[in-house]
Amino acid sequence: MKLKVLYFASIREKVGRDAEELDLPAGIATVAALRGHLQARGGAWAEALADGKLLRTAVNQDMAKTSAPIKAGDEVAFFPPVTGG
Amino acid sequence: MKISVQAEDFDLGFEIESISKRNSIGAVASFVGLVRDVSMALEHYPGMTERAIAKIVDEAKSRWQVIDCAVIHRYGALQPNDQIVMVAVASGHRGDAFAACEFIMDYLKTQAPFWKKEQTPEGAQWVEAKADDDKATERWAKLPGSSGLG
Repeated sequence: MKLKVLYFASIREKVGRDAEELDLPAGIATVAALRGHLQARGGAWAEALADGKLLRTAVNQDMAKTSAPIKAGDEVAFFPPVTGG
Repeated sequence: MKISVQAEDFDLGFEIESISKRNSIGAVASFVGLVRDVSMALEHYPGMTERAIAKIVDEAKSRWQVIDCAVIHRYGALQPNDQIVMVAVASGHRGDAFAACEFIMDYLKTQAPFWKKEQTPEGAQWVEAKADDDKATERWAKLPGSSGLG
């Protein structure tokens, strides 16, 4: 399953990239599962996306809970809590 | 209705004039946020940012009479005293204009994907999100008939 993943702000800096196209193995069907898949890369990925860490996620440019489903062609983004305004 | 995410500065007077042209408008409330104390860089999520602001404005329109409005948020390098954000709401009466303006600003703080990185004596640092901002958003969710936003 192919999809696009984006990283912003402190997450982007920690993992050292702002976007990537991923071809996920079968069985990864939620934002939480994708996060786990990326954590498994270890190093900066495990740290930036660690379970205890306060993260926000968006699926197709809408804020999404970690239980949100993901499917082929989606755009999924990981970022810290927002600080605009 | 104007929503803009831009690097350039804005002119509040011009924007207020632009949304105040209809005879049914009796009140315009506006807010401008400025950079306090230190220079910073503002990052955002192009595409989602405009979409998130549009959803916030739609929610405000479902709760109050909003005849017209303008929301502008800047990104990029900003210096102390620079304007960061403006919200202006035109309505028939002041109650709706004040409430919708404050609602849009409170939701922007927690729902629009912007991140501030401040220049400090120890180097550049990402600003931490404030629990108070979440509280400011949550209080609107307690209003009867509200659907809330993600």
